[in-house]
Amino acid sequence: MNSFTYFPAAAVDLAVREKVAHSNAAYIGGGTNLVDLMKENVARPTHLIGLKHLPLAAIENTTDGGLRLGALATNADTAWHPEVERRYPLLSQAILAGASPQLRNMATDGGNLMQRTRCYYFYDLATPCNKREPGTGCSAIGGYNRIHAILGASEQCIATHPSDMCVALAALATTVRVSGPNGERTIRFEDFHRLPGDQPERDNTLADGELITSLDLPPKGFATNYSYLKLRDRTSYAFALVSVAAALELDGNTITDARLALGGVAHKPWRDTAAEALLIGQPATADTFRRAAAKVVAGAQGHAHNAFKIELAKRAIVRAFKQATEMTPATDSNAFLNSNP
Amino acid sequence: MSQVSHALPTRPSVSLAPTQAVTLRINGQDHLLQIAPWTTLLDALREYLDLTGTKKGCDHGQCGACTVLINGKRINSCLSLAVMQQGEEITTIEGLGTEEQLHPLQQAFIDHDAFQCGYCTPGQICSAVGLISEGRARTEDEVRELMSGNLCRCGAYTNILNAVMEVVRNELKTGS
Repeated sequence: MNSFTYFPAAAVDLAVREKVAHSNAAYIGGGTNLVDLMKENVARPTHLIGLKHLPLAAIENTTDGGLRLGALATNADTAWHPEVERRYPLLSQAILAGASPQLRNMATDGGNLMQRTRCYYFYDLATPCNKREPGTGCSAIGGYNRIHAILGASEQCIATHPSDMCVALAALATTVRVSGPNGERTIRFEDFHRLPGDQPERDNTLADGELITSLDLPPKGFATNYSYLKLRDRTSYAFALVSVAAALELDGNTITDARLALGGVAHKPWRDTAAEALLIGQPATADTFRRAAAKVVAGAQGHAHNAFKIELAKRAIVRAFKQATEMTPATDSNAFLNSNP
Repeated sequence: MSQVSHALPTRPSVSLAPTQAVTLRINGQDHLLQIAPWTTLLDALREYLDLTGTKKGCDHGQCGACTVLINGKRINSCLSLAVMQQGEEITTIEGLGTEEQLHPLQQAFIDHDAFQCGYCTPGQICSAVGLISEGRARTEDEVRELMSGNLCRCGAYTNILNAVMEVVRNELKTGS
């Protein structure tokens, strides 16, 4: 780790002011990703602004019937919060599919959005990486790219966003509330993370100094028909190769509303509203789900080691919607692992 | 504890960033430390306080050997900066049980031979304490899933599971 100074912020505006006043400062919430990146010398901030004393850990109802997740609520407290479990079980399931219990106890909800890719080359200072050092090239393109993106990538970067929680937040149409030097604003979840384009060093659309203060869930939680399916190399404590957040609203067997977002396939949590539109008004059958799945991967592009994700994504989408329809949400695809003796 | 050896006069002096005073409350006792801000909680415990029961495995939050409890919740001490833990109640393996009266999980690990080399054991036990107070694991599958943040390179998982399950079952029986 490089040398840095630590400033524990006592109020949001003080934190923002501190951030703007230092050219190479970083906010630190739970630190689970940032401290690791600092140990690897991938992140080298010279000033850390501690957020833990800010009054942003509450989870409370909003006047519009939604639920506000304070940016400093931990992932564990969120996943096991009674209102989240009851009204947004898709979110609980996605959070619990990620990381380990220890990490979920430290990691904050705002920090979950801010975590960086786990692309091997991004972490490896000995190799070129446009995200870490713009203009040096992408080692994953033409390198080993089994965990990389199949959708929305660019010629400069094929990294994926690693979060599970964010896939559910995208599907649930969450609003991100931020504070910055120019006051407060809200960002639609779909607009928060970026595609790499020719600026892969930028993960999101936050302006300088802006700090996430809350994640606002809308009233509609799809608490009956939902599933977060996560496919990975081992069935616990591993990042997704492909994950699917699927949610339906049904009238009998007819789909009246649908949500679909994927993880592990793109530079951002990949919500596909065009595929959702294909589902609405249709019967909840495998054929319907297959059509939506085909739509999602229509523009997919595989590389040497990750082309399998295209077929995997299609099948995962169909399976997740089948689970949602049958009210049998399951993170893992293996029935044995989901047996509950 | 942390003595800096005197640099040779011919060498250029290296300036160290300023340290700061931090009070950590560990196993019910306050400890005043003068540390650099990049000192992790794990390094503060081991290198400054001689609390070497907490182990450094991967140092990247992947193995769980460094697991301690903060206000009763299990965390990876290798990914936490010590300066961020001022004012919190920190519990390490040294704070669980006594030599005369072991913590039930410590006793269960012995009874079930739940280790070989023992390096991951303090982390496993602290993690299991957190698991039980969370109250979410009742079945073997649930314990396996919720102990997945602790690796054992000896592969003593079968006996670790049996040890943890014994305490989980006792807790369920007594309704606590």
